[in-house]
Amino acid sequence: MLDVRNIVKIFNHGTVNEKTALRGVSLHLSPGEFVSVIGGNGAGKSTLLSAVAGVYGVDSGSITIDGRDVTRLPEYKRANLIGRVFQDPMMGTAASMGIEENLAIAKRRGQRRTLKWGVTPHEREEYRELLATLDLGLENRLTSKVGLLSGGQRQALTLLMATLKSPKLLLLDEHTAALDPKTAARVLELSEQIVARNNLTTMMVTHNMRDAIAHGDRLIMLYDGKIIIDIAGEEKKKLTTKDLLDMFEERSGSGDADGNLLL
Amino acid sequence: MNKKSVIPWIVRAAALAAMLYLWTIMPTIMSGAVSLGLLWGIMVLGVFITYRVLDIADLTVEGTIVLGASVAARMITAGYSPFLATFAAFFAGLLAGLLTGVLHTKLRIPALLSGILTLTALYSINLRVMGRPNTPLLPFKVPSVFTPFERFNLPLNIPALIVGVACLVVIVALLYWFFGTELGSAIRATGNNPNMVRAQGINTTSMIILGLMLSNGLVGFAGALIAQHQTFADITMGIGSIVIGLASLIIGEVLFGTKSFKNTLVSVILGAVVYRVIIALVIKMGLAANDLKLFVAATVTVALTLPIMQSYARTIIKSLRRPEKGGE
Repeated sequence: MLDVRNIVKIFNHGTVNEKTALRGVSLHLSPGEFVSVIGGNGAGKSTLLSAVAGVYGVDSGSITIDGRDVTRLPEYKRANLIGRVFQDPMMGTAASMGIEENLAIAKRRGQRRTLKWGVTPHEREEYRELLATLDLGLENRLTSKVGLLSGGQRQALTLLMATLKSPKLLLLDEHTAALDPKTAARVLELSEQIVARNNLTTMMVTHNMRDAIAHGDRLIMLYDGKIIIDIAGEEKKKLTTKDLLDMFEERSGSGDADGNLLL
Repeated sequence: MNKKSVIPWIVRAAALAAMLYLWTIMPTIMSGAVSLGLLWGIMVLGVFITYRVLDIADLTVEGTIVLGASVAARMITAGYSPFLATFAAFFAGLLAGLLTGVLHTKLRIPALLSGILTLTALYSINLRVMGRPNTPLLPFKVPSVFTPFERFNLPLNIPALIVGVACLVVIVALLYWFFGTELGSAIRATGNNPNMVRAQGINTTSMIILGLMLSNGLVGFAGALIAQHQTFADITMGIGSIVIGLASLIIGEVLFGTKSFKNTLVSVILGAVVYRVIIALVIKMGLAANDLKLFVAATVTVALTLPIMQSYARTIIKSLRRPEKGGE
């Protein structure tokens, strides 16, 4: 579904601030695969996700989604294939617009925006039912401004918006990092449900090693712009935090796993 | 947008009642102020689209209003229908908006500077269009959109009032419809959160350009009407128009609220009217015309800071009321 081939991303090329964020990352995701991506600060996990989403271009390598080469496609065109949830709950929704208006914009992802009504009565019913599945009481607040919602509610709504038009690829960029532990757990649980229900190919970046181990059927660890650990299947199911730390120390050559990785 | 009005309804009612009362004691001044306010209200709707919907302070307005006036003046004096000329002014405005939009989005020049570049360019363009800095449009020499009313022998300013209200009803209805469509929603969302809009597959560049075009189209249209109402187009008539626009916008929002999109559209028009009435009153009370811009700048500053002043006042009042709880 996703085929990333040897991508390199260098920020501030040719200046004193030059930083190579990705040093030849290759990654293949099969349809329906749920991979969690971990790594310390500056390891390149967010850069990888942003490069796939098209926030910026890559310096070399190629990105193919569902058989389509998107390497040179701008962000808004790739959005036809990709659903995204961001770390910042403010990023995924338009605060001064209503819940139904936000959903309606997401519902038309990949379509031309015409002069037809922005929200039709028919889809309103659909949204009510979908919001009810979140179990956050949003189904009766369709016209409420999204700015009035809590961070957790906004992330849940963004998740719904990202998956409303079944995307070929779902990108979750530390989407629970800004939430309190209880809300974070709830949003993660919702993510898992929605991914399973729609059988979505998913990449989830997280800071939290336990989340990465508990969720998804594959785990990737980035270090210094490279993939150093890639575990799937039975091995992934049996994985413990200790295994992961040992593996990290062995492969990165760094004795300070705790300092490099947040638990 | 979507802030609760900080002024209770009784103040709104009082403001409207005061205007009605003033109308009875000095009808000529008031009808002049109100009709001018309505025509400028069209421009304020344009400013609303950029400043509030797109969240861009677009200075192009200062040039576009003159562009609309120049185009209309040139066409009317050349013998074209004043109605056609007024619509041509709208299209000229669209082009000015397009230029600013391209400078800002495609060439990545900051919005404020893009507006200044366009308005500077427009100064020369407007002189070219008119061929001179001032074009008189005297009612007995050339027709205007107000000419058809002549046969009814209406009092002064009443034709402008009728034209203003008619245009505004149509424009508000169109804007309300447009910003409710898929395309309009996408423009509103772009002003709100461009990240989200791109993630939902919308080209924010096109949305910003479209919004700037629509806004400047309305401003050009207003410029044409204002020129015909004041019976001349002048190269300097745009100076300070962005401040007038913002003053009207903020006065309107503060006084009449922003509960819904519809409500906000009507509020900003009423704001333009109240602004003109205030200006008429201070001139009547003896303010020298040369001091007007200083007064306007001061008014806008007060209007802009009203919400924050109110929150300061609230904090002070609270601390005075509950001194025993203040020490905890």
